[in-house]
Amino acid sequence: MHPAPSVILFTCLSGAGFGLLFWLDAGLARPEGAAALAHFTLAYGLATAGLFASTFHLGNPQRALRAFSQWRTSWLSREGWASVAALAASAPVALSASFGPADQSFAGGPLGLAAALLTALTLLSTAMIYAQLKTIPRWHHWTTPLSFLTFAVTGGAILAGAGLIAALFCLALGVVMTLTFWQGDRRFAASGSNLNLATGLKGQIRPFAPAHTAQNYILTEMIHQVGRKHAQKLRLIALALASLAPAALLLALPTGPISILPAFACHLAGTLIQRWLFFAEAEHVVRHYYGPN
Amino acid sequence: MTNLPPPSAKKLGLVIDLDTCVGCQACVTACKGWNDQGYGAPLSDQNPYGAAPSGTFLNRVHSYEVTPDEGAPQIINFPRSCLHCDNAPCVTVCPTGASYKRAEDGIVLVNESACIGCGLCAWACPYGARELDPAAGVMKKCTLCIDRIYNDTLPEEDRQPACVRTCPTGARHFGDLGNPESAVSQLVAQRGGYDLMPDMGTRPTNKYLPPRPKDARATASPLAPLLDLQATGFAGWLDRLLEKF
Repeated sequence: MHPAPSVILFTCLSGAGFGLLFWLDAGLARPEGAAALAHFTLAYGLATAGLFASTFHLGNPQRALRAFSQWRTSWLSREGWASVAALAASAPVALSASFGPADQSFAGGPLGLAAALLTALTLLSTAMIYAQLKTIPRWHHWTTPLSFLTFAVTGGAILAGAGLIAALFCLALGVVMTLTFWQGDRRFAASGSNLNLATGLKGQIRPFAPAHTAQNYILTEMIHQVGRKHAQKLRLIALALASLAPAALLLALPTGPISILPAFACHLAGTLIQRWLFFAEAEHVVRHYYGPN
Repeated sequence: MTNLPPPSAKKLGLVIDLDTCVGCQACVTACKGWNDQGYGAPLSDQNPYGAAPSGTFLNRVHSYEVTPDEGAPQIINFPRSCLHCDNAPCVTVCPTGASYKRAEDGIVLVNESACIGCGLCAWACPYGARELDPAAGVMKKCTLCIDRIYNDTLPEEDRQPACVRTCPTGARHFGDLGNPESAVSQLVAQRGGYDLMPDMGTRPTNKYLPPRPKDARATASPLAPLLDLQATGFAGWLDRLLEKF
């Protein structure tokens, strides 16, 4: 699949933003006063920057508000609602934590937990946009939501200053990434989809003449972009940057900006590479019509 | 609304005969021609006279070399377009309701004034039947020539999709596949018409007819009978004589 930069930025930035919001809303991290304001501002900034970036790949972004209409069937629409609801429900939590007395913050209370649940639903909806697609066997699996949620919660834990717990989440993310890479490579073959089923013809089938001599949308969007040349190296780099390096930094350095900033920078770089691979390595079943390569 | 309607009694669609299709691409051209000027945004071309031209099409014809388990290889021409599925995954994923399936006749359409061009429906389609038009920024797909089939201002013989009307070999048939008595349903029943990618669970309306068994040659090489000469008469005597040296 075509790795559109806008979608990669969106899922990485919004993921980290909503991940941080989850930690703050749920009261798992409890900054106070100016620190709380800074944390919530960062979470809102990342989440909305990501949502904004997601409109860049649209053919007609001026109609984006229409995307709220089909929540009954569409995960993309549900994601829109969940993100707005999560941002709205987090506002009183952010205000109470930033400006109110520490013992009256909504974080961790019923309202905070409800807001945290909405951020988790937002993250789940984003993942389900991809996981629902039966046409892309690599994504059509429970490891897709698991991976998206773990990435977001790990990024959030680093930014929330969760210290040792954040380091443990980084290591857990490494396990999830390895599992996702390992099983993802088996999904296309395991789906049983092939050119015989695609055409209904029996026997050995070989493409004889292509359907068109020029590039087209199907090729550039769903077939042409295959990032397999350096995939194995990129996987190791992503694993090192997103999981191992931030875990080491968080364990070696004292908790605070001195460990959080380099750890998050590493983690975000690794997340961007992993997300690029997520799209570039995904095979769509329509490629059967164009032959094995 | 992107909720799929209950399966309609009337299911308009195409039946494509892979036995008869000669791969002339006339349907591709007719489709492009008609959909440049009628319903919705015209199918655009990018850089049409430049070094790397490309364009949006709703119908593409592949050619495959098919080698059966026994017998000689065959060329099969394979038109590919929207199958107007009963369980259309392109409809339910749409966030805006632009992608919809008509309750009255089962045609899957895009309301272009509501389409944001996110491309998710094209990802959800296993058949590559949807192409985002780069000029208009909206998703394009086969409309089954809805502006022809219900168009009272056209002569009756023209009230069928442009691809069907133009096909010089009669490899494309249009009709109501929901009615078992219709000509297309009878054809599907007689010839063993089938669904593409049944594993995807899309329940397509369009059906494909397999190449007829008569096309399978008995031997792998058409030259084989010529090599097995049984000479008689003078030629036979000469053959036997020359064998002795």
